[in-house]
Amino acid sequence: MAEHVAGCELFESGHRACGGCGPALAARLLLNATGENAIVVASTGCMEVFSTPYPETAWKVPWIHSLFENAAAVASGIEASLKRQGRSEKVLCVCGDGATFDIGVLCISGAFERGHDITYICYDNEAYMNTGIQRSGATPYDASTTTSPAGACSTGNQRPKKDMPAILAAHGAPYVATASISYPQDFMKKVEKALNTPGPCYIQVHAPCCTGWGFEAGETLNIGKLAIETGMWVNFEMENGEVTKVKKVKRKPVEEYLSRQKRFRHLFKPQRRDAEIAKIQAIADRNAEKYGIDIKKKE
Amino acid sequence: MALNVGCAARPGKARKNKTGSWRVFRPVFESEQCTKCGMCALVCPEGCVIETEEGEFVPDYEYCKGCGICAEVCPKKGIRMEQEEK
Repeated sequence: MAEHVAGCELFESGHRACGGCGPALAARLLLNATGENAIVVASTGCMEVFSTPYPETAWKVPWIHSLFENAAAVASGIEASLKRQGRSEKVLCVCGDGATFDIGVLCISGAFERGHDITYICYDNEAYMNTGIQRSGATPYDASTTTSPAGACSTGNQRPKKDMPAILAAHGAPYVATASISYPQDFMKKVEKALNTPGPCYIQVHAPCCTGWGFEAGETLNIGKLAIETGMWVNFEMENGEVTKVKKVKRKPVEEYLSRQKRFRHLFKPQRRDAEIAKIQAIADRNAEKYGIDIKKKE
Repeated sequence: MALNVGCAARPGKARKNKTGSWRVFRPVFESEQCTKCGMCALVCPEGCVIETEEGEFVPDYEYCKGCGICAEVCPKKGIRMEQEEK
């Protein structure tokens, strides 16, 4: 791990993220793991906006932003050029879930197919938060957003979350992992592993957004932990398409995760919607079965 | 911010922006209970919990937004959130 020097943060204080921002913590941890020898390519998104309002920047590593959709293409070019020059900098993409799941898929697919030596970090806060909480391909089932509002005719987002890690693993990526900011050491280890793996690597880090999801700022890490403990988020590592490591838990009912967030409030008020909660529990159960996250009791 | 010809501004840094003024609750670190595990410094989204030369952890109130993640994460519950009086 890169030596962490107190007072020498590579992601500096003074950025304009909300208090208790999950993605801001993800950026800090990320740079703790990469150290100075990195070049960051950002897509449009919350992180780009709060960390680099013109003419200021919170990043103390080379950083570039071009468009919403082309971070992976820009990174491909930088990587190819560095390779030609024989330089050792690591190229990282840092993009939100909107840029990764919806808008940037074409460029990501291209970069992974060409096999560039880049590390793609998607900070997943499960909607377009910067423009005011619109749903994305990463928004979970039944979450209420401004473009999938819950009300008399709807129970929120009607589509399940897209399985992006599987899509990129299918490209033949040597290393695909999911992480959570609630387990900072684990996330940093995964970033290091991705940087040291040749070829295109993908890490999707769960970064709860207190503003968009509707919980108290201090709860950010607790909510992330609950997502894992209920099976709504699975921390795993995939090497060459095979799942090699999974975080196992004693599973709690999904209600504990849902009831603490405003985006799922309509499932409990004005009246409880047991049928919808059961559907979400079924999603968690499927996750648990697929990855085998349950700690089995000894008989 | 004054703009020049071509709307070009001199490069700046985020540290110019003292986000401490956003704070409603102030974290108060009680050093007697501290075991120096460093979790508060690790998980601060602002990166504004600083380790002093004596190995103690102190928040930088110029940038602390008062989110309270450090108070939640402290295993000894040695961080108290107090309302700011202005």
